[in-house]
This record gives sequence, structure tokens and C-alpha cells, in this order.
Amino acid sequence: MIEKPMDKEKRKGIKAEEMDQVKDAKMRDIFMAFFRIGMLGFGGGPSAIPLVEKEVVGRFKWMTLEDFGDTIALANTMPGPIATKLAGYIGYRVGGIMGCLSAMIASVIPTVILMIMMLTVLQTYKDIPWVQSMSNAVVPVVAVMLAVLTWSFIKQSKDSMGWLKAILLIVASIILLEVLGLHPGILIAVLIAAVFVPFKKKGGE
Amino acid sequence: MIYWQIFLAFFIPGILGYGGGPATIPLIEKEVVDRYGWLTTKEFSEVLALGNSLPGPIATKMAGYIGFTEGGILGSAIALFATIAPSLILMLALMAILMKYKESPQVKNISKVVKPVIAVLIGAMTLQFFMESRLLLGSLQTIIIMIVSLLMLEKWKVHPAIVIGLALVYGGLTGLI
Repeated sequence: MIEKPMDKEKRKGIKAEEMDQVKDAKMRDIFMAFFRIGMLGFGGGPSAIPLVEKEVVGRFKWMTLEDFGDTIALANTMPGPIATKLAGYIGYRVGGIMGCLSAMIASVIPTVILMIMMLTVLQTYKDIPWVQSMSNAVVPVVAVMLAVLTWSFIKQSKDSMGWLKAILLIVASIILLEVLGLHPGILIAVLIAAVFVPFKKKGGE
Repeated sequence: MIYWQIFLAFFIPGILGYGGGPATIPLIEKEVVDRYGWLTTKEFSEVLALGNSLPGPIATKMAGYIGFTEGGILGSAIALFATIAPSLILMLALMAILMKYKESPQVKNISKVVKPVIAVLIGAMTLQFFMESRLLLGSLQTIIIMIVSLLMLEKWKVHPAIVIGLALVYGGLTGLI
């Protein structure tokens, strides 16, 4: 069959439209994936990692499990919140800058809005004695949550460097940070620099 | 000037905190309570408690809210940007290079070596909240609530949102009596 030029153009138009639709569907997928992760993950970003895996590797197959494992490992070598690093990076890989943005918005904005609404209500009534008593009772619970978090970081330190080194570093950090009042940023920067010093020596050999 | 301060207050924890959002909590506290005095320790604990009872990443919830109280919607957006952008840009830029060195022990060591420091920072915060709680509720009540919530959270695996909810109910009831 001989195609008329008009048909060709028409087809082109349809193709572009289809591609737009595919793109829109992809953006919607990215948004929904990270929206679900954001709304279902309690306990901060790190505890949401299994949910990210379920969406990204399981449901949408944007990454292989191995790829995902590498991404997590490398994301952990960089500072800052892990959930947004993952959302931004995976969103970017799947859908470019727009993908990055929709993953970001989906994982951050809904919970921030919830937070602002709830705390604004609390602030409005904070002078009523029983409301004050309510917020007082939460302080020890937060202390426990932080204690649990502290313990998990101590355990992680032990697992990766053994008790002796971990305790030495912890005691040194207590002295530097809490007794001498050194800014944590300086200590962290020095430690990271120390990691790379032997690396350079090896390179020179 | 407030917007610049908001940016710095969240930019610094964002680039120093290794180990995800929860690791940045003590660093955020250092900025917003100690340096700028935007919140008292107790107010910070309320924000943290409610943040923990809601889903989603904790660092951005805190940034979004504190940014909002200090600088409105623009403040909130700046705080979120400062929390997210630096580490994300770093990740996008360095991913290709790091993938090549992912087996290198040095790259693996970066996050390991920082963990004890984060442990100390969060530990110090725990102590601070414990002292604050003793001041507000007395030693006996503090210890009882702490033991009960520890058992619920760790032993019986009760959902954090429920534990916080129960603490709120308990506080409300004892406040009425």
C-alpha cells in the first residue's frame, strides 16, 4: 500500500500524542510511588527504604535489586536525608528533571502540610492547662525514641568497626563535642578527611 | 535576613548529617534551638514528637514546619530546599564517579566513621530531653512513662503514632484532674 504524505503526518501527530501520554503516565507512576512511600513510612526516611524497594524494584521494575542495593550503599556515603536523596535520584533516572521534581514533591509536601496543620492547631490551644499537660507527657516518649536511635547508631558503629574502635571514637567524640564544645561539623570533616589519607598513600605506591 | 538564616539553619545539618534524616535531628536542634533560639527545647520536642507520629521523612517535616513558623510559606520552601537540594545535587553529580569506586573500602568507610559521632550527638539530645522531662513532670513520672513507652515501642512493637497518641491522652487526662 502506498502511504499518502498526509497519513504519515497524521501518524506522526498520533505518535507524539502517544509519547506524551506515556510520559504523563510515567510521571503519574513516579508521583504515586513516592506518595505511597511518604504516606506509609513511619519513623523517618531510613525506615522507609523497604517501601522504596517494594515500589521501585517490585512494582514498577525501574531498577534491579542489585542496582537498588548499590544506590542505597552510595546514598549512605553522602550526607543529608536518605529518603529525599533516593526519591530525587530514582525520579531523575526514570523521568529526568521532571521525574526528579515529581518524586520530590510527592515524598515531601503532603507530610509537611499535615505537620503544619497539626502543629498550628496545637499552638493555638497551647495555653490551656490540659493541652500543656498533653505536650509535656510527650517529652519522655521522645527521649525514649531518641535513646533507641542512639543505641541503633552505637550498634551500627560496633558492627562496622568492632567494640574497641567504636567505644574509643565515641569517648573521643564525647570529650570533643560535649566537654570541649567543638562544632560537630569540624569533627565530621576531619574524620572523613582521615578516611582518605591512606587512600592517597596507596595510590602513590 | 531571616530567609538567609533559615537557609543556613537547614543547609548545615543537611550537609553534615550522615545516616539519613534522623541523624540530622541533633544538628537541626543545635541550629534552631541553640544558635537562633527560634524554639525552646520543649517546643522542639513537640515538633519532633508530632513529626514522629506522622509518616514520611522526618528531616523535611521538621524543616518544612520550622521554616513555616519563622518565614511563612517562603520560609518553609527555603528550609525544604536547604535540606534537600545540597545532598541531592551531590548525589546526582557524584553517582557516576562513586559507582566506579563502590567496592573501595574508603568509600564504604565514609559513613561508618561518622556513625559514632552521630551516636554521641543523639545521645546528648536524649539526655537533654530526659532532663527537660524531669523538670516538667518530675523524676518518678518521667521514668514510668519512659519505661512504659520503651516496652511498647521495642518489646511489643506498638506503632510510634499510637504510643505518642497514648502519651497525649495520658497528659490530657492528668492535666484535667
